[in-house]
Amino acid sequence: MSNTMSFRSSLLRPLAVASLVLGLAGPALAQEHGAPKPHREDWSFAGPFGKFDRAQLQRGFQVFKEVCSSCHSAHLFAFRNLAQPGGPEFSEAQAKAVAESYQIQDGPNDAGDMFDRPGRLSDHWPSPFPNEQAARASNGGAYPPDFSTLAKARTYEVGFPGFLIDILTQYQEQGPDYIHALLNGYKEPPEGFTVPEGAHYNEYFPGHAIKMPQPISDDQVTYTDGTPQTVDQYSRDVTAFMMWVAEPHLEARKRIGFQAMIFLIIFAGLLYFTKKKVWKSVEH
Amino acid sequence: MSGHSTFEPKHPALKWFESRLPLVGLVHSSFVAYPTPRNLNYWWTFGGILSLMLGVQIISGVVLVMHYTPHVTLAFDSVEHIMRDVSYGWLIRYIHANGASMFFIAVYIHIFRGLYYGSYKNPREVLWILGVIIYLLMMATAFMGYVLPWGQMSFWGATVITNLFSAFPVVGPTIVEWLWGGFAVDNPTLNRFFSLHYLLPFMIAGVVVLHVWALHVVGQNNPAGVEPKSPKDTVPFTPYATIKDGFGMVCFLIFFAWFLFYIPNYLGHADNYIPANPLVTPAHIVPEWYYLPFYAMLRAVPDKLGGVLTMFGAILVLFFVPWLDTSKVRSATYRPLYKQFFWIWLVACVGLGWLGSKPAEGGYVIAGRILTVYYFAHFLIILPLLGLFEKPKAIPASITEAVLGKKKGAAPASVGVSAPQTKG
Amino acid sequence: MAATETAGTTRRDFLYIATGAMGAVGAAAVVWPFISQLQPDASVLALSSTEVDLSQIAEGQMVTVKWRGKPVFVWNRTEKDINEAKEVQVSALLDPVARNANLPADAPATDANRAAVDKEKWLVVIGICTHLGCVPIGHSGEYDGWFCPCHGSEYDTAGRVRRGPAPENLAIPPFNFVSDTKISIG
Repeated sequence: MSNTMSFRSSLLRPLAVASLVLGLAGPALAQEHGAPKPHREDWSFAGPFGKFDRAQLQRGFQVFKEVCSSCHSAHLFAFRNLAQPGGPEFSEAQAKAVAESYQIQDGPNDAGDMFDRPGRLSDHWPSPFPNEQAARASNGGAYPPDFSTLAKARTYEVGFPGFLIDILTQYQEQGPDYIHALLNGYKEPPEGFTVPEGAHYNEYFPGHAIKMPQPISDDQVTYTDGTPQTVDQYSRDVTAFMMWVAEPHLEARKRIGFQAMIFLIIFAGLLYFTKKKVWKSVEH
Repeated sequence: MSGHSTFEPKHPALKWFESRLPLVGLVHSSFVAYPTPRNLNYWWTFGGILSLMLGVQIISGVVLVMHYTPHVTLAFDSVEHIMRDVSYGWLIRYIHANGASMFFIAVYIHIFRGLYYGSYKNPREVLWILGVIIYLLMMATAFMGYVLPWGQMSFWGATVITNLFSAFPVVGPTIVEWLWGGFAVDNPTLNRFFSLHYLLPFMIAGVVVLHVWALHVVGQNNPAGVEPKSPKDTVPFTPYATIKDGFGMVCFLIFFAWFLFYIPNYLGHADNYIPANPLVTPAHIVPEWYYLPFYAMLRAVPDKLGGVLTMFGAILVLFFVPWLDTSKVRSATYRPLYKQFFWIWLVACVGLGWLGSKPAEGGYVIAGRILTVYYFAHFLIILPLLGLFEKPKAIPASITEAVLGKKKGAAPASVGVSAPQTKG
Repeated sequence: MAATETAGTTRRDFLYIATGAMGAVGAAAVVWPFISQLQPDASVLALSSTEVDLSQIAEGQMVTVKWRGKPVFVWNRTEKDINEAKEVQVSALLDPVARNANLPADAPATDANRAAVDKEKWLVVIGICTHLGCVPIGHSGEYDGWFCPCHGSEYDTAGRVRRGPAPENLAIPPFNFVSDTKISIG
């Protein structure tokens, strides 16, 4: 990496360079760099009764497939996941069709050679690059992070007392907020900020100089259901999809959680009255 | 106190068995007939809650091992495999991850309760020391467990904590390489941590048995801080304490479930969802919340070795609390000054915890130094002096009297003399 | 036990029973995920099929492929093998059922029901002895099929058990011809 970045604080430069180069930017840095806090969006999967919007996940998958996946891998995401409950819930036939449209490397065969064959439901999403080095070489030294757990691997500092209030409101969507903000954060650099060569200005990226060019623009992906084809909508849809890829059992978790809560509260009530009855005759 | 077991089997088969191994009798005397002070409040249910959490952690942990692979190239993905593919794997993994935090919440409440009510005083010194040992073992276990998912925080947490030992002069670097089994945290480190993480909980369970044994020898302390003097002062463990503990446990489980099902990643770090990368340190290295006060102390001292010694000293000092506290009065209820100092100390601990999560710069470091000094001053200066200068309130003559609120004044007299003689 | 003061012998205490029942239900509900996690997980269940290229298998040759972690024998049988199998009466067999996953469960164990449909030279069987799970050795034993080294079971050229202790014929996995020279198992 040979770039001549001029950061306001030389102390933070090594960190910023590291995060830039390795694409593992700790968004926790955002605040120190004066980046604004991402706006809290209204996610369908937030809160105790949150559920994914199937249509949104399907659109998000379309955006991922047509745009993001040309640079980003998602190696823990399998084709079969597309048809599993709690996700975009494509039919099995649809998921199979998606799988078959990709060539997956298999082997070795009896002759000892690797070969390509059409994908199956059990296959994982093929990575756009064979390895990290190849990904860096094609992306100006930056490694496009894997999508598998990315939505849970990003956050921003909430601060006091917000971090305590989040326990009560069960707000856990900092990762999606950040990703949505980042995708909408491409701007002209402010005066006096020199964007290093090969980088782009982003309001929400720690250090503001991101290697990823603005990945998507209006009308780039054609939706068939009449949903507006704007960057804002695309970024919401793909972020929801990323959250599902990172936490595929989110719906089951919240559903079982509700049942467990109801059970525990009733049980606690019964125990309370039983305890009262047992202790009735003992002053304590 | 109804000391020895009154259990007498009726069934001939049971009689035959009991005369050869009095197992049922042991359980009966320990968990049924065992006399507990009638005035225990809900802070006393945390002992039971801790036993429950130890069980939860061991069972969920044993199950996770069935699906986990301790290898640097596979560990992260195998944890994600549990989260995605294993039937209810997400539930079991979140139980284990959040359960660790719940375990620490409960143990801190348990420790604070002990400090507030003077549960470490004669004759309960050994009971207290065993508790501190359990706490130390818990810290080691939790630390090694956090390394296993092999995310960024796992890796860098392991690197930073093992590097603490490099502070020791001359032998430091050798010790660190010995801990790692290499020249950096790598596969050998992961494998030994995995092995020890599996072993230590059973050692904890062993010390817990000693802890409960010691408890049943000296009997429980209580909010009044006076020993039971007559059978009127106690109630049998079952059903009185069992039902109360049961209610406490279920309430605690509601709290647990809130985190487990709705904000399961709140107590973790986002960075740990990034696979470990030995070439890049995350911008903020922050330990798990339960280590934060100690982490703040480590950073408060400008000298490397000094910081490490301070941090370990903060735990070591707990071993000596029974002798540092010179007051003859147990319960803070009857110690007006100690009560205030206790809360100030508690706030200092929370403050240290908050500082531990902040970057080590500017005012944070200064505040950290002040609170670190105060933490030690509490144990080394305030506790010894308070016993000499504090004028305690009148102590009730008995638990029953404390319960019935009859303050006959006078007769504070003998505290902790009539140690109950329970079964051996 | 305690609680004797309150638990009168005649009066059934609804509160105690309800609390106890609730606790039992909760314990049972907690146990289930810990049992369920032992089942084959989603990634294992998804590993469905294996393809075999038959053009590489010479007449008389038997190859072993792996399907769901188990060996599957694919045998290009000779005329002699086929005739040997056809000559056996179903009534003379230890197990008269075909054990063919592609046919009804009660299909008789004729050679036609054991071999591939319309391609009788191909025999595809799971290479697990039905006795206790060993892998039998091919082209051996008195019946020219397989001989199991563990406890001496013998199978004929249609993979049917002819000498105990194995109770059943070698199982035939679900498979179909993708092309003339390629089968997909599973």
